[in-house]
Amino acid sequence: MSVTQSSSHSAPSTVSPGLAVEMTALRRTYGTVNALDGLDLHLDPGEMVVLLGPSGCGKTTALRILAGLERQDAGTISVGGRDLTHVPANKRDMGMVFQAYSLFPHLTVLDNVAFGLKLRGRSRKDRRQRAGDMLDLVGLGEQKARYAHQLSGGQQQRVALARALAIEPAVLLLDEPLSALDAKVRVQLRDEIRRVQSDVGTTTLFVTHDQEEALAIADRVGVMNSGRLDQIAPPAELYSSPATRFVGEFVGLSNRIPAQVDGETAVVLDARLPVLPGSAAGAGLALVRPESVSVEPDEHGHATVVSVAFLGPVSRATLTLDDGTLVMAQLASAAAGGLVVGGRVRLRITPSPVLVVGA
Amino acid sequence: MIGAWVWRVSRWLLLLAFAAFFLLPLVALLDFSTTIPRTGERTGAAWQSLLEDPQMTQAIKTSLLLALFTVIGMVVLLVPTMIWVKLRVPRASRLVEFLCLLPLTIPALVVVVGIKNVYAWVTYLIGDSALTLTFIYVVLVLPYAYRSIDAALSSIDAGTLSEAARSLGAGWFTVITRVITPNIWPGVLGGAFISVALVLGEYTVSSLLNYETLPVVIVLLSKSDAPQSMAASLASILFAAALLVVLSFLDRRRRTTVRK
Ligand SMILES: Nc1ncnc2c1ncn2[C@@H]1O[C@H](COP(=O)(O)OP(=O)(O)OP(=O)(O)O)[C@@H](O)[C@H]1O
Ligand SMILES: [Mg+2]
Repeated sequence: MSVTQSSSHSAPSTVSPGLAVEMTALRRTYGTVNALDGLDLHLDPGEMVVLLGPSGCGKTTALRILAGLERQDAGTISVGGRDLTHVPANKRDMGMVFQAYSLFPHLTVLDNVAFGLKLRGRSRKDRRQRAGDMLDLVGLGEQKARYAHQLSGGQQQRVALARALAIEPAVLLLDEPLSALDAKVRVQLRDEIRRVQSDVGTTTLFVTHDQEEALAIADRVGVMNSGRLDQIAPPAELYSSPATRFVGEFVGLSNRIPAQVDGETAVVLDARLPVLPGSAAGAGLALVRPESVSVEPDEHGHATVVSVAFLGPVSRATLTLDDGTLVMAQLASAAAGGLVVGGRVRLRITPSPVLVVGA
Repeated sequence: MIGAWVWRVSRWLLLLAFAAFFLLPLVALLDFSTTIPRTGERTGAAWQSLLEDPQMTQAIKTSLLLALFTVIGMVVLLVPTMIWVKLRVPRASRLVEFLCLLPLTIPALVVVVGIKNVYAWVTYLIGDSALTLTFIYVVLVLPYAYRSIDAALSSIDAGTLSEAARSLGAGWFTVITRVITPNIWPGVLGGAFISVALVLGEYTVSSLLNYETLPVVIVLLSKSDAPQSMAASLASILFAAALLVVLSFLDRRRRTTVRK
């Protein structure tokens, strides 16, 4: 997603170059649950990595271990080349935004943001200046004197972001900061977090189970699956070239269409498509995106239209192949007009590489 | 219409009944403490003696100091412990609750008998003063203070607040004193008030251990100088009530500044 730098916000007093983060072979078990099962994760300086995965896959655990709020059973953590594995949370210099509202209720917005600076012994004038700048950065310069309960949920999370960034943290950590907000605010705020993050250049780890959110703001998305990282890649690559079946099925919608793999290519319906590394050999199921399937009415086609759903600019058609496989196709609404329920159609598949998984 | 009228009248009657129930004894105390028993003349002598009779002033001083020390002891002991347990060893919270509520189940008499031997050592080590009662009183007020502080602690998200503070660089001492405690202050104030009220009215332990606290002296005097003991009773009740008003006022002011 492209990021526009808005000039109406005052730039922060310092732009940190960002530090590299290295998490190696992290393990954590709770009783019999393997919350983290040998997680390796590397963040480049200034990069924003989003951890994405289903509930309970260990995202929060990974983040909390990086923050020092949870101990690991094994593995190491280093930031900017400094080993932090056994450093307590309050010495790690990480700014954190929580899912739950976490502003200190007894302090004003300004004092909340200045809290970390006060602990670092900065002068009063200095603190107020910096906290004010940070509040301007998140667009809340006018709300300095308010208390947390006088702010909306979105505003509270903005303040929490300003508070986390005020200390110029080595790493910024966000654990589903938007999940308590309603859809519209969520989109607004996620773009804003992205803007602020690239303004200040802090290396950032963002955790979410919302894939749209992840794909929209990340430099790279790491997909987690029961305590490990299945794949970490830029959003577009993750979407077009999933490395595992789990990634292919978890990110975006995928059809599963019978396929026959033969070396570097696979035959799917009538098309011959290149296969992605990691594909199964022989007979399998190709994971095909709905937008890679095009449909045209054809008396002699091999599929039947089951239903057509109008979604605005695009429509989604559900079809059955003659062998009974259900296939979804996404097409321009203008083109969907020609489809009638029960009519015969011909499918074409865009010749982009596909992942074929065992049936 | 008539229903509403009846409702309003009965509400007033109820209110009056309660007021009479609570106020009549106080009025009686006031009346009795300002009357010379034989002649029925009005006099302020009993009230004046509260400030002049050395036994009485000494007892008042002792009880007030005891209340102060008990509150300090309770706050210093209980607040950090409860926060620590809540944040760091939640498994132990049941145990702490049990320990804190224990004094409630043990009659004061038993406490005194059990503690007499210990007190021989206490007086041997730090001298024989009524203020040594502080140790017992801190234990006696635990159940009430615990309840009050526990309610306040449960009403905030202590875990998230402390984690936020720690990630900003706060050590545990800072988390307890500057992040959690300010947010449970109403509960602490409530606990403190109950402690004061309890200490000002505690008779069994102090009398059995032969210390002259206010309630003990009031009972002593009721045999020789009834009006003076009545005046002292009324004064201590009024003091506690005034304290309650001040505390709730403080609390309300806090909330309104927060809400401004
Ligand atoms: N304190 C804990 N005690 C016991 N089990 C825990 C604890 N914290 C996490 N777990 C378990 O570890 C696993 C991973 O939890 P984690 O919170 O990291 O998941 P998550 O990916 O953040 O999920 P969600 O999207 O629901 O937040 C889960 O199975 C969870 O039940
Ligand atoms: Mg989580």
